[in-house]
Amino acid sequence: MYDAIIIGAGVIGAAVARELSRYQCSILVLEKGEDVCVGTSKANSGLVHAGFDAKPGSLKAKYNVQGSLMMEELCRKLDVPYERNGALVLAFSQEEMETLQGLKRQGEENGVKELAILEKEQLRKQEPSLSKEAVAALYAPTAALVCPFLLTIALAENANMNGAEFLFEREVTHIQKAGEGYEVKVSSPANSGKQESYLGKNIINCAGLYSDKLHNMVSKRSYQITPVKGEYCLLDKSEATAASSTLFRVPGKMGKGVLVTRTVHGNLLLGPTAESISDKEETATSREGLEKVLTDTRHTVPDLNTGMVITSFAGLRAHERDGDFVIGEAEDAHGFFDAVGIESPGLSSAPAIGSALAGMIAEKNNFQQKEQFQEERKGIVPFVSLSPEEKEAIVKEKPAYGNMICRCEMITEGEILEAIHRPLGAKSLDGLKRRVRTGMGRCQGGFCTPKLVEILEREWGISKLKLTKTGGSSRMLADENR
Amino acid sequence: MTEKKELTCIKCPRGCGILVELEQGSIVAISGNQCNNGKEYAKKEVTNPTRILTTTVKVLKGTEKVVAVKSKEEIPKEKLLPAMEQIRKAAVEAPVVLGETILEDLCDTGIPLVATASVARKRDC
Amino acid sequence: MLQYDLVIIGGGPAGLAAADSAREMGIQSILILERENKLGGILNQCIHTGFGLHTFREELTGPEYAARYIDKIREKEIEYKVSAMVIHITRDKQVTVMEKGVGLIHIQAKAIVLAMGCRERPRGALNIPGYRPAGIYSAGTAQYFVNIDGTLPGREIVILGSGDIGLIMARRLTLEGANVKCVAEIMPKSGGLKRNIVQCLEDFGIPLRLSHTVTYIHGKERVEGVTLSKVDEKLEPVPGTDEFISCDTLLLSVGLIPENELTKKLEVPMDEKTKGPVVTSEMETALPGVFACGNVVHVHDLVDHVSQEAKKAGESAARYILEEAI
Repeated sequence: MYDAIIIGAGVIGAAVARELSRYQCSILVLEKGEDVCVGTSKANSGLVHAGFDAKPGSLKAKYNVQGSLMMEELCRKLDVPYERNGALVLAFSQEEMETLQGLKRQGEENGVKELAILEKEQLRKQEPSLSKEAVAALYAPTAALVCPFLLTIALAENANMNGAEFLFEREVTHIQKAGEGYEVKVSSPANSGKQESYLGKNIINCAGLYSDKLHNMVSKRSYQITPVKGEYCLLDKSEATAASSTLFRVPGKMGKGVLVTRTVHGNLLLGPTAESISDKEETATSREGLEKVLTDTRHTVPDLNTGMVITSFAGLRAHERDGDFVIGEAEDAHGFFDAVGIESPGLSSAPAIGSALAGMIAEKNNFQQKEQFQEERKGIVPFVSLSPEEKEAIVKEKPAYGNMICRCEMITEGEILEAIHRPLGAKSLDGLKRRVRTGMGRCQGGFCTPKLVEILEREWGISKLKLTKTGGSSRMLADENR
Repeated sequence: MTEKKELTCIKCPRGCGILVELEQGSIVAISGNQCNNGKEYAKKEVTNPTRILTTTVKVLKGTEKVVAVKSKEEIPKEKLLPAMEQIRKAAVEAPVVLGETILEDLCDTGIPLVATASVARKRDC
Repeated sequence: MLQYDLVIIGGGPAGLAAADSAREMGIQSILILERENKLGGILNQCIHTGFGLHTFREELTGPEYAARYIDKIREKEIEYKVSAMVIHITRDKQVTVMEKGVGLIHIQAKAIVLAMGCRERPRGALNIPGYRPAGIYSAGTAQYFVNIDGTLPGREIVILGSGDIGLIMARRLTLEGANVKCVAEIMPKSGGLKRNIVQCLEDFGIPLRLSHTVTYIHGKERVEGVTLSKVDEKLEPVPGTDEFISCDTLLLSVGLIPENELTKKLEVPMDEKTKGPVVTSEMETALPGVFACGNVVHVHDLVDHVSQEAKKAGESAARYILEEAI
């Protein structure tokens, strides 16, 4: 029996796993997908929100502000790119200016530091590409950018280094009380569709869109998650000068509206839309959605060259009916801990949620802290970021770094091999993409895809016909023709 | 009764439109072509259309997996797919030299299949 | 630091012809830098015929056309490096190269010819709604899989864009036993050569759907189909014309873009329309001693034209080097 079974390897599951791995306890993480960070965590804005949005007293407010404060140090320890770029909420009318004042008061009540109202002139100076129609803005200098993939991967890798086990392609189908703990049944395509069963003293439900379903298997107090779709467009790096800080509009009923932000990797990201849907798997973009993203963006940054879109995508927010996060032990199911309804600001809150849940579980079970907890890990160093001397040195030490695979993002075979051979390494094309950005550049994998297929085939020792884009039936190739 | 056939010449990138007039199956007039190649193409196209086939053949012990090949001359159009069946089963051992004959006779046309690229032999083979 | 009179970036048709003509003009110290593991560039995967009618008065396949130039390079003992990717270039003509198995190499050139070619426009540029499953490839990537790797990317294919690569791939995949359902072209007219429409589509009965485009991609993991819609004069989809076509692969042949990442490091003026550097009639960029030719300048229909242009660039570079020496 495991001391703890974490269900879901998104950013929340990974954060809980990492925090719990500080303690002397056995941990198993079960993930439905073929990799970490393949659900809600992979398709969002990549922002560390300052924390002025959520209602004072809500868990969203609490964990956002705490998480935002923890994020920088966490990213330093885990070697994850983080950049404090600040956020601006733009007002386009007198009425909206009043909303700004309200937001500022709310933020201060939530404990957000350094909030300020910027007048038009100052605003223009700070963001020259901004629409002239913007009259003022709420400035939150503590808001930041983070890479959601690298954060989740780093948390999981670090948890794994500290003893947490991970199993992929394991979809939980049943949870039932069993003695002192729970029996978790999973169906496993990785194990030819066989049913497997795992026993856990504590269960931590970090199942994102399906967290309601899992909770409702063991508790009478039922939750209901509605997927809220958000569509995004990602633009070429050439457009990143359009926004220095993250640009929000004054929030409306359906969330924070379409924002314009740089990413930590130097692209420009536009979105998201917000549309309640019924299908938890419907991560498709729509014509209307993408048009709305581009139209709304033009309102904020009128001269943006929206022709420089390099990709578009949609993510699903796990919105709980009551609108707030649910964090903690279920009242009527002891040892069953929830992280339910984790939508925005979920990424920002992840460090705080992970730490809080781990703390609760450790206290309840009397887990002792490990003496040898390794709290740091090193990321894969992007070759392109090295100085000429460092480049020289690494190629000498590891010749694979001298083989350029992705010409757009200048990614070498050395980095790709690391992404494959690290703990919880990449097994698919998207797995590589999330770790080292192959195929994320201008050509979107046009040149490097065949080379990546070749490397994955060689390193994993499996036929390229079995290689996938992102697990399951997402096979890359149909057949050998010679 | 004159039968008219409109063709697009494939002999060069210009792609001239050619009109072929036939009477009882025999060509009586060809117009629209800008060169003699076009005329030859039109004649053939209405009687026995032919094409160059280009594809690849599996290479054994080579530095590359396949080698590019072509039919040395045009083969009847309807033989393209049957010829592919024959080629798919073929393999050639490296080294392969550009111009080398890979198959002597493509689908009983008497026309050979030749390599259009060279492939070196793998060092340890 | 290595010293060369002329450094040519790119060992495809443009780079090879430039090197050849510069040598003809008497330049001894020439280095060609090619990022792939052999010379020839994209011609290596263009195994179809249609090359060389102007240059050699005969119809050659891509590899044969490349071989003619590579033979000249070898005969003339012009130096080249393969698996050598230029990662930096400066206005005073210092070139940093990463060569596989060797490491970083720094080169000082007197003149440079930019001959990096072009790349395909990816799906993102089209912003097609729907899912992002496996099975969406640019036509050139599919061409690499089929012609170099010996693999088949899919069995039921829809091709969007009737540029020549798309047409060529329609035939190629049909020959390999795949079912090419149609080639869709958003414009009322194909962008490809007429001869390719005849010998790649009509020969095999593959429908060319003009004024049609893909408006939705179905399938969460692997492509399961596309929605094809008719478009109006403004290229906007016409409501009510949607048609589902089942397929496991969508190939995109929606245009080529000159590859000018390195050129941009030189801060020379670019042509907004062609997306290549602004060049003189002698193929010189605004930076004296830096020349450009081939698809890096603008996308050419015929390789023969690339060779002609590159010959001129090589000659101009040679003249520049000879004049500087005086």
